[in-house]
Amino acid sequence: MNLLEIILGKLSIDALPHESVTLGAGIGMTLGLLGLIGFVTYKKRWTWLWKEWFTSLDPKKIGTMYLIVGGLMMLRGFADVIMMRLQQALAVGDSTGLFPADTFQQVFSAHGTIMIFFVAMGLMFGIINLVIPLQIGARDVAFPFLNSVSFWLFVAGMVLINMPMVLGEFSAAGWLAYPPLSELEFSPGVGVDYWIWCLQIAGIGSLLSGVNFLVTIIKMRAPGMRLMKMPIFSWSVLVTMVMVIFAFPILTVTLTLLYLDRTMGMHFFTADGGGNMMMYVNLIWAWGHPEVYILVLPAFGIFSEVVATFSRKRLFGYVSMVWALFAIAFFSFIVWLHHFFTMGAGAGVNAFFGIMTMIIGIPTGVKIFNWLFTMFRGRIAFTSPMIWFMGFVFLFTLGGMTGVMLAVPGIDYQVHNSLFLVAHFHTMIISGVVFGFFAGITYWFPKIFGFTLHDGWGKIAAWLWSVGFVLAFGPLFVLGLMGATRRLNHYDESTGWQTLFIVAGVGAAIIGLGVLAQLIQIFVSVKARHARRDTTGDPWNGRTLEWSTVSPAPHYNYAVIPTVSERDPFWEAKQRPSAAAKHPLYTDFTMPKNTGVGVIIGALSIAVGFGAVWHIWWLAIAATLAIIITLIIRLSDDETEYTITAAEIEQLEIQHSHKEHHA
Amino acid sequence: MHKKLRLALIILLAASFIGVAAWYISTLPIAVLNPQGIIATKQYNLLVFTTLLGLVVVIPVFIMAIVIAWRYREGNHKARYTPDVSTNKLAETIWWGIPIVLILILSIVTWTSTHDLDPHKPLVSDVPAINIQVVALDWKWLFIYPDQGIATVNFVQFPVNTPVNFSITADAPMNSFWMPQLGGQIYAMAGMTTQLHISADAPGDYRGVSANISGEGFADMKFTARASSQTEFTQWLKTAKAAPQHLDTTAYEALRQQSIANPVAYYSHTERGLYDTIVMKYMMPASEDSESTGMQHQHEGMH
Amino acid sequence: MSTTVATINDKTNLGFWVYLMTDCILFGSLFATYIVLHKNTFGGPAGGELFDMPAILVETLILLTSSFTCGLGMLAIRRQKRSQALFWFGFTFALGVAFLVMELSEFNALIAEGNSWQRSGFLSAFYTLVGTHGLHITIGLLWMLVMGWQLLRKGFKDSVIRRFSLLSMFWHFLDIIWIFIFTFVYLMGDLQL
Repeated sequence: MNLLEIILGKLSIDALPHESVTLGAGIGMTLGLLGLIGFVTYKKRWTWLWKEWFTSLDPKKIGTMYLIVGGLMMLRGFADVIMMRLQQALAVGDSTGLFPADTFQQVFSAHGTIMIFFVAMGLMFGIINLVIPLQIGARDVAFPFLNSVSFWLFVAGMVLINMPMVLGEFSAAGWLAYPPLSELEFSPGVGVDYWIWCLQIAGIGSLLSGVNFLVTIIKMRAPGMRLMKMPIFSWSVLVTMVMVIFAFPILTVTLTLLYLDRTMGMHFFTADGGGNMMMYVNLIWAWGHPEVYILVLPAFGIFSEVVATFSRKRLFGYVSMVWALFAIAFFSFIVWLHHFFTMGAGAGVNAFFGIMTMIIGIPTGVKIFNWLFTMFRGRIAFTSPMIWFMGFVFLFTLGGMTGVMLAVPGIDYQVHNSLFLVAHFHTMIISGVVFGFFAGITYWFPKIFGFTLHDGWGKIAAWLWSVGFVLAFGPLFVLGLMGATRRLNHYDESTGWQTLFIVAGVGAAIIGLGVLAQLIQIFVSVKARHARRDTTGDPWNGRTLEWSTVSPAPHYNYAVIPTVSERDPFWEAKQRPSAAAKHPLYTDFTMPKNTGVGVIIGALSIAVGFGAVWHIWWLAIAATLAIIITLIIRLSDDETEYTITAAEIEQLEIQHSHKEHHA
Repeated sequence: MHKKLRLALIILLAASFIGVAAWYISTLPIAVLNPQGIIATKQYNLLVFTTLLGLVVVIPVFIMAIVIAWRYREGNHKARYTPDVSTNKLAETIWWGIPIVLILILSIVTWTSTHDLDPHKPLVSDVPAINIQVVALDWKWLFIYPDQGIATVNFVQFPVNTPVNFSITADAPMNSFWMPQLGGQIYAMAGMTTQLHISADAPGDYRGVSANISGEGFADMKFTARASSQTEFTQWLKTAKAAPQHLDTTAYEALRQQSIANPVAYYSHTERGLYDTIVMKYMMPASEDSESTGMQHQHEGMH
Repeated sequence: MSTTVATINDKTNLGFWVYLMTDCILFGSLFATYIVLHKNTFGGPAGGELFDMPAILVETLILLTSSFTCGLGMLAIRRQKRSQALFWFGFTFALGVAFLVMELSEFNALIAEGNSWQRSGFLSAFYTLVGTHGLHITIGLLWMLVMGWQLLRKGFKDSVIRRFSLLSMFWHFLDIIWIFIFTFVYLMGDLQL
């Protein structure tokens, strides 16, 4: 091994993209990034960004950054959608479409990976950061520094997944990279390694967030807020964090084992050498199934808040809802085999997992009924969050029905890995997770930013997404039944599939218009933010604690930690005529100082990942050591907090109420 | 009136769109809904049953959603408003109870049908079964007829109303062996054998595919499964037996190399125990005197 | 309301317990993988033929003793006796190093005779499971050094006491994991189960 190989690993000039689409995308992304950097430099905002945002340990700031990154990645994932729909609408018969097979396979692999790990998880942790401390009456999370580390690990993973556009290639083995295809023999390039490391790093960030928010909700609720008095969104997050804690270590192990196979010649999942490829499938889905419930349970929590608030009515069946969350979480860990009924397990095994799977339909259905009965005899304001909810009810129920169908192994033997399956899971994720997150972001937007989003454009977006969804995925259900498998880069004319693919393309375009409507919504709302200002802190006549602060909530959330004695405490307080306004009893409290260590760890993680991908061992090892040293230094620091005195708080509170009155 | 007119127009538009879509879909050849084999027919029946069962829940939910959303919109001042009502024992019993009953029914159906449709389970029939061994390669399907001694690529033929015992493996990444009109799929994995037992009801050419991505050329891993009369089958065997190519070790190694969209090919002789050799080579290390390609010489006593 | 030490301890202890649970799941996945793969010797030797049981017994005793000395160290921490604490944690550190040295020489011997992790699925799983435990031990040893240094520099601050308690939880946890490794890897292998 010569010196150049030791320094550069597998890197060479060949790493630059040679395929035109990837090259174009890479150049576009680089130019965009340079443009952004140039713009920030021109506006002289680097110090501001560093001090106010990057080094902040305020979960509201961290949450906002998660949303921005998640939103940007959604645009990238959507660009992948456009490419896929175009390819499949055009690549009939002799035509090879717009992209060579390998590129197409990288595109859908990137699409799935990005949407799950960087969009869904990003938006989810974004909303959780923004809302949970406020909703439980706390000032911060349990471990603010860890929160920052989690975010910057997420960013590191995001950087690594975008790197293949300029250096190397991405995995072409699907979003879960089954071996033997993902082993070195069949994927000799760096693609699968990029996939492994961006997920490994982002996954550790998620795991740490799981620990963080679990402890936050258990230990930092406002006095009097017993668990069964907690808002239902907080419940959904608590249950979700428990699931994260149980599921993500499995992912860490599985990714490591695949990497060891590829790098150290091990035989965990190879076809020969005593490997067992079925073990990978089991492990990855033992993580993967809980993961999809991890994504959807907070969305359910959001819908519970939204429906109750906009129906002006107490949530129906709170206790039932909590038990349903437990049931869903528990069962989600004993159904993973339904992802591979066709791998050849015995009938008893398949039937058991099928039955466990359909049982999840029961608590989920209960939730739908409880939401509808919250609306029953309420006074419903059909704001855009409620439109997202209505779209969800119809689509998710239908999608759930197809899920019960897929849970019957006999049926699954026919439609597994077909476009029927693809349509099913997109229905659940888009109408459940995505619509839920959109509703939640709209709902809590004024609390975080101080002004409301334009409701009209929000409704337009919700309709476009819903109609577009039906057109984009309805055909896929039919195509699956026609025998079309997933991941096809072309097909024969004799199949008769093209028309449906074209319709699906039109549907995707309509969803694109929906995305455009959302971008317009943001633009229009920001422009009109003074006129749209939330002057009361309670724009929706809300029910839970977060609505009792001003908007935007101050960085310390609550000047005085509230005491709670019932569910929907803010709503109840509003119903009772208030006693003579007591002068609040301010006391000193501490808040965490800003720190750049999270950013440094994120940056070093990129180096670790990059070194691991390109076999630049000195870099990977050095960066790992640097992370350890950085952590030791940080953890030796005893001056990580600062005090806000009672007097300072009183002044700040007076300032905030002046701002309100001068609205 | 303007609002109601707009609403009526939208509903009309949606209804006509659904009508056109339904009509169009009815003109399409939908393989899974058009089974031509025993197994596929049973799977189709399951599909219909499960859908109907699902609709028992879905339709009431849709109706409830529409009625409740409409009636209790804030513009409707005639509707009752009970902001603090949050429990109703009867309602909760119904919507925990009915789904539990439905899932119970479906669970029983699932248990029995899963055993009945177990791909490992041979079909019961007076007609003697045909054994066909399947090897998924990059990126084509190899079919070996161990009892007849022939082999084919991307084409398989068998008589109607005859049980076919497929033994499936791979000398390639994981694939999935699927003939939608004849019966559900099973994975093809190197170093292992899976089984699929089907039987065709009617003569015809049926599409077969790989349903699991195995690399660049996997979209072209299509094959034709032809069900014919017994006479035609015997005739076809004779044609295959006359093919000039033999599937010996060299020919197999050549076939094993990566290729896309292979045309149909015939081999009149196959090396004895070829399928088992392909499976076994992943189970044991290559012996010292084998070729560098890793093909193992046949062991005595190995079936 | 200032954040009290009790509150910090409360949160940190729960947080660390939860982290240990995740580490449990991590090892659980490695154990599951080992159990599935342990017979996949690909024509090579199985555990029973490879394991040097007397040495493993010694390693086990070393680790068990180190848990005991760690416990004594913690007692000293609670009683705020600095020299005692440093002695017992130093002893624990030494035992940990001895354990690692023995384990590495075990690996070295196996590799020298051709039984590296590349030989079979069984061996891949073996090295990874046992090696991951060894990696955790290494991190624990590093942590001990850092804590020793913190104790010398800062004395018995709340944060130092708290972190020693977390460290000892970690160390005991690793001992428990080793019991499982001893049972499911070495003992089972030796009994050819």
